[in-house]
Amino acid sequence: MPDLIVRARGLSKRYGDKAVVDGIDLNIERGQCFGLLGPNGAGKTTTLKMLLGNTSPSAGELTVLGLPVPAQARRMRERLGIVPQFDNLDPDFSVVENLRTYGSFFGIKRREMDARLPALLAFAALEGKADASISELSGGMQRRLTMARALVNDPDLVILDEPTTGLDPQARQLIWRRLRQLLGQGKTLILTTHYMDEAERLCDRIAIVDRGRILVEDSPPALIRQHIEPQVVEVYGPQLEVWCEEFAQALASRVEQVGETLFCYCEDETALLRSLADHPALHFLHRRANLEDVFLKLTGKELRE
Amino acid sequence: MMPLPQISRRWIPVWWRNVNVWRKLAGPSLVGNFGEPLFYLLALGYGLGGFIGEMSALPYIVFLASGIVCSSAMNTATFEGLYSAYTRMKVQETWGGMISAPMTLDDVVLGEVIWMGTKSLISVSAILVVTLLLGLIDSWLAFWVLPMAFLIGCCFGAMALVVTAISPSYDFFLYYFTLLITPMFLLSGVFFPPDNLPQAVQFAAQLLPLTHAVAVVRGLMTELALENVLLHLSVLFFYGLTAYWLAIVLLKRRLLV
Ligand SMILES: Nc1ncnc2c1ncn2[C@@H]1O[C@H](COP(=O)(O)OP(=O)(O)OP(=O)(O)O)[C@@H](O)[C@H]1O
Ligand SMILES: [Mg+2]
Repeated sequence: MPDLIVRARGLSKRYGDKAVVDGIDLNIERGQCFGLLGPNGAGKTTTLKMLLGNTSPSAGELTVLGLPVPAQARRMRERLGIVPQFDNLDPDFSVVENLRTYGSFFGIKRREMDARLPALLAFAALEGKADASISELSGGMQRRLTMARALVNDPDLVILDEPTTGLDPQARQLIWRRLRQLLGQGKTLILTTHYMDEAERLCDRIAIVDRGRILVEDSPPALIRQHIEPQVVEVYGPQLEVWCEEFAQALASRVEQVGETLFCYCEDETALLRSLADHPALHFLHRRANLEDVFLKLTGKELRE
Repeated sequence: MMPLPQISRRWIPVWWRNVNVWRKLAGPSLVGNFGEPLFYLLALGYGLGGFIGEMSALPYIVFLASGIVCSSAMNTATFEGLYSAYTRMKVQETWGGMISAPMTLDDVVLGEVIWMGTKSLISVSAILVVTLLLGLIDSWLAFWVLPMAFLIGCCFGAMALVVTAISPSYDFFLYYFTLLITPMFLLSGVFFPPDNLPQAVQFAAQLLPLTHAVAVVRGLMTELALENVLLHLSVLFFYGLTAYWLAIVLLKRRLLV
């Protein structure tokens, strides 16, 4: 297996005269968890679709698992697992039948598949639901089954498009544990997500994309260090504007108002906090800068689409 | 020019998936695919047959049985290739899952077409048993109807997939039924030989695949002569293979963008 699991150069996809993916370069190393972040419509799913060879790039070069894509996509997909943005489990089949059927698409024999089933069910935490039909499963269970399904062929690379969207906190925790488990097995992961805490927690490297271009790419701590002051104080309450004019603008390195909340970014927050102590009517939250701050700074705070 | 389909054995799991779903829902499916043609056969064969007596020198029900076999093969495959296939393509995204595995649309379409042939074979088998019990068949040649049912199913299944590939919704299928399947059902010799139809209609009927299916099956199931088999089969193969190729081209255009 090559050390570079994905290598893309100038990868582009146009629909009509709209460049949905606009010349991106990717180097994803073996064993990494690589996060693709971006607002709705940024081109994440389209990028993943090109990676699995289900749409031809309009321009650029792409190698996945050492094979040129889309030219050798079928061979490449033998080593790939995919969790699509929207579950496409077979509603006519039970949990086990879904796994078996998907295994058959990889040419896995029935006996071999049956030997793999217990581990896959355990991974999905669905041991007690082996014969349940899909409609009996909760959203979280379906998502876990889709993840287990992506592992039927013991892939080297797993691509997950928004694996935790729409799940409750407990369900997300379990999925995070499973993703770590996969990383522990030496698999490479590529995931997209709209949850910055999830990306910050799981990903070794992150690319923030917008309008089909990669804005920045680095490890989460490096991104935070390079783009944002280390301390953030979020303030809201009566007469916020007045306080902002008189104190915040002088005491913070940078302030930004989003809706009714004032974000104050500081190298040193002590003076600002002292001022807030003098204004007890204002509510505030003091925290360290995180990936979401980077994301909002780079992609803008206005609503998309 | 689009490339020719790449044939591989990967069609088998596609076909097998459909077999397994069918086994779960075999009851209602069989009632639809077998019950309806059977009612046509019995009601028209005995009811109408009592008035008209013979058709092409055969008892009407004997004449009709071979036609119903063909139209049932056509309908079974057409419904499967339209409604069921559209559900797998669009609603359930079953095909999307398949082409994320090491399969291509060529494999998927081949598996689907062979499944549609299989489903026609199943419903025709059931009808054939009934005709046998009613004493409407007296030749061993009739067993060749089974491979014919499979061929007819594949041919109409592939044609239906072409329509599915370009359909924006289920409603679109009505065009295909009204403009092609229903006229074919009525004019291809299922109920009566097309001899008395206007010349132009007769000529048009000769271009329809069902006409050729009926010609072969009637020769196999009755005493009427079995003629021009190669020609009839060629027409079915021509429609089937062209539709198979076109369905792949159109589905790639739709799903792999
Ligand atoms: N087949 C297509 N034809 C035309 N436009 C398309 C097609 N597929 C996607 N697009 C457009 O490309 C853009 C990017 O879509 P994509 O699904 O890649 O975004 P995304 O980053 O995955 O967004 P989300 O976070 O909402 O999932 C969108 O504006 C979408 O409308
Ligand atoms: Mg997406």
